[in-house]
Amino acid sequence: MVERTPILNILTHAILLIGLVMLLLPLWIVFVASTHDFRTVNTVPMPLWPGTHMVENYIATWNQSDFGPKMLNSLIMAVGVTVGKITIAALSAYSIVYFRYRFRMVFFWLIFITLMLPLEVRIVPTYAVAANALRPYQEIINLTGLSIVLPEWRLLNSYAGLILPLIATATGTFLYRQFFLTVPEELLEAAKMDGTGPLRFFWDILLPLSKTNMAALATIMFVYAWNQYLWPLLVITDPNYGTAVMQLQRIVPGPNFGEPPRWHTAMAGTLMVMLPPLLVVIFMQRWFVRGLISQDK
Amino acid sequence: MSGKRVTFNQRWLAGLLILPQLLLIFTFFYWPTGEALFWAFTLEPPFGGEMQWVGWQNFTTVFEDPLFWNSVRRSIVFGVASTAIAMGIGLLLALFVDRQLPGYKGFRFVYFWPYAVAAPAVGLAFRFIFAPDAGFVSAINQWFPNLWNPALDGVDAMILIILANAWSMVAYNFIFFLAGLQSIPRSLIEAGAMDGSGVLRRMRDIQLPLMAPTVFFLIVINITDSFVNAFGIVDITTGGGPARATDLMVFKIFADGFKGKDYSLAAAQSIVLMLLVCALTFVQFRYVERRIHYT
Amino acid sequence: MADISIRKITKSYGKTAVVHGVDLEMAHGEFIVILGPSGCGKSTLLRMIAGLEAIDTGQIAIGGRVVNDIEPRDRGCAMVFQNYALYPHMSVAENIGYSLKVAGRPRAERAERVAAVAKIVGLGDFLDRRPGQLSGGQRQRVAMARAMIKEPQVFLFDEPLSNLDAKLRVQMRLEIRRLHQRLGGTSVFVTHDQIEAMTLADRLVVMNAGRIEQVGAPREVYRRPATLFVAGFIGSPAMNVMTARIVGPGQAVLESGATVRFNPGLAAVTGATVALGIRPEEVEALAEPTADSTTIPIEFIEELGAGHLAHGTFEGNDFVVALPASVEAPTDRCLTVRLPPAAVHLFDPASGRRIGEAAPAAVQAAALVEA
Repeated sequence: MVERTPILNILTHAILLIGLVMLLLPLWIVFVASTHDFRTVNTVPMPLWPGTHMVENYIATWNQSDFGPKMLNSLIMAVGVTVGKITIAALSAYSIVYFRYRFRMVFFWLIFITLMLPLEVRIVPTYAVAANALRPYQEIINLTGLSIVLPEWRLLNSYAGLILPLIATATGTFLYRQFFLTVPEELLEAAKMDGTGPLRFFWDILLPLSKTNMAALATIMFVYAWNQYLWPLLVITDPNYGTAVMQLQRIVPGPNFGEPPRWHTAMAGTLMVMLPPLLVVIFMQRWFVRGLISQDK
Repeated sequence: MSGKRVTFNQRWLAGLLILPQLLLIFTFFYWPTGEALFWAFTLEPPFGGEMQWVGWQNFTTVFEDPLFWNSVRRSIVFGVASTAIAMGIGLLLALFVDRQLPGYKGFRFVYFWPYAVAAPAVGLAFRFIFAPDAGFVSAINQWFPNLWNPALDGVDAMILIILANAWSMVAYNFIFFLAGLQSIPRSLIEAGAMDGSGVLRRMRDIQLPLMAPTVFFLIVINITDSFVNAFGIVDITTGGGPARATDLMVFKIFADGFKGKDYSLAAAQSIVLMLLVCALTFVQFRYVERRIHYT
Repeated sequence: MADISIRKITKSYGKTAVVHGVDLEMAHGEFIVILGPSGCGKSTLLRMIAGLEAIDTGQIAIGGRVVNDIEPRDRGCAMVFQNYALYPHMSVAENIGYSLKVAGRPRAERAERVAAVAKIVGLGDFLDRRPGQLSGGQRQRVAMARAMIKEPQVFLFDEPLSNLDAKLRVQMRLEIRRLHQRLGGTSVFVTHDQIEAMTLADRLVVMNAGRIEQVGAPREVYRRPATLFVAGFIGSPAMNVMTARIVGPGQAVLESGATVRFNPGLAAVTGATVALGIRPEEVEALAEPTADSTTIPIEFIEELGAGHLAHGTFEGNDFVVALPASVEAPTDRCLTVRLPPAAVHLFDPASGRRIGEAAPAAVQAAALVEA
């Protein structure tokens, strides 16, 4: 369009640059802080250019907080949740969209309602179940008067406890449903005429079509899972199962300490914890924007 | 809801496919929520034994507790303030990126990054930047001694956590606003230009009104997310202080239930919180249905 | 005075050139139709006149004033978009009056002018509705009213009828033509539908692949197509085209060896290979064979009601003959035809150009461009 708005253009760029600085500055500061030594990092204001102590800070934090196994635990949990969520979302959405049965909408709404209450809002009761995941079923069995005794299934201090309660996903089911609804009817009609059954259709046709969708979802869910804080804090007390994000709590001495926090190592730890999801996002970003926008309305 | 006109017949398979999620949400959502409801109405006697039904007693205890109302007030201020800031900035950035001036793709790419940072990490970073004795903001104290101290001043502490949360949420809002803007057909903008409407005027007359559905949607998401992020940020930065100035609801529930071991009280507060969030969502859906969809 | 002058316009998107050096002059009050297939650059050209696309090289002048750098709103143009581009959140009245609102006209004046224009297009009762509640034809009229109220010098139409069903299209065609006559001003109408083009245009501009193939009155373009492309694009069913070799003045030989006569006044070079064309409706169907007739096999007949189309082959080339209803369709799968020499067109196969009269009485209207 022929439009002469030089002042507005300058203003636009200025605002966008300010926005950029605002959004990147904290990340930059974390990085810079992790490269200084104890004295420099505590000067006010801290210098904005990197120092020279990066490597020693990282090594110190890594060893001191035992980051190695923690990062591994985070990875296992994040990958487990991601794979689980995507599988569950795809299967549930498939059932709701491609089959017709009486309770279909009921199930959909049951799943959808869980969107309203994220985990943080219902930690107390969910924790109780995590202590024995089979207890609900035991109670139901007791009510019916049958005398079957189920074994106890403790989810605390285990990967299952980190992963299972997080796998159910209303968002994922929703997004997959939206996607399936945009797949042309003719595809299924042609497949049926070829004699394809439901499982084959799902595996051979629908899943490959949903690759972009899947990539976008995988990114969101990986970030979500890796960044979990409250839930792991509740279910994990054994340090062997601790996640990287949980470690952040240990890096900073609580408000009661008299000594100033060791910010340089704290920031090094923060950066290490921040990096994996950030890298995943950057790497998948092309896919992500495409996936989300095609979902829109 | 629209559906497929062609479907498969094997209903047993449909049931099997959806069973895992149903089991999961039953075990980890519906049952616990039901149980919380039950606990909220009961009390565990101090010397052990069966749970007693105490009716509304837990709730009256909660509602009579000034600390509870304090946490409600704080949560509302936190939610509203960080939502307003995050949505305002997100919208502004989206409007200007949508103009597609040269270089806009770079901005779009980078604006999303803060989304990937965990709440406690955000908290830690901001705690450093805004620390009373380190970081940057405290430089102000060199000229105006004790002007900035989130460890002592409740207002400063609130500002700190509000800014931290807003920073996290800008990225999310930006992406949704941008998607909303890009779903407006370009021909509408061109028609506006031919009608004489300039860039800013078109934003006001054409783009913003058509974004109303996105705005409503994001308000609810932002507020719900403020409850979610609250814990991570508060736990790392202020621990609920100073003097409970940042004692947000989720944090208090955690403290009461898991540190104080008072499960009934925590359950009662949980129920109140859940009802609050549900009410918000209902308002959004009823209101949005009435107003949107001009096309 | 709103004549439009387009000189040496080019436009590229990145490395892809979309418009290759177009020249065109339009007089005030003319109804110009730009016709061409998808992707030929006609919409781009229209949008460059409107100011919605920047011009790479060349210049456009409206009413004598060069408008290359002038914003759309200041060019005195109004545009009707293909998808109407109505503001979905505003009422019909607000849609129509929006340009006046932006110009700061007082409310009373806006209401009055909106009512007047709405009456002309027959939307007086719909002023409070939203576009979403209107039918396709009604939306189209809102789009036109919105353009009209600006009292523009130039009306631009970007395929406005392509989203309407056939019957509505015919109706709206008439209304657009009437409106043009009533309002004066210059109209530029872009379409890919040749029937629309032929019925609406004072002058027709045929475009292909970013270039103008021919400019002229519809009748002229039909009777004397300047290129093979125009010959094939205008006229339905399309012109029959066959390869032939010139063997003498007025005589050409097809690949099969059969002779076809044409107007000896055409500047055809003996020995040259040409593309020989004749329109299905100009082929004479004979009851009895004559000296210069040929009997051709017919594969099938398409019944049109007002006539029939006989599809067959002429000396090995696919051939269509359009027969009026008064001539009975052949039942014995063959037809005797004669190709009147005056109706035979010749084109140079390499350049696609028409081979015209040898004498310099070339009857081509405005600019025929070569980049």
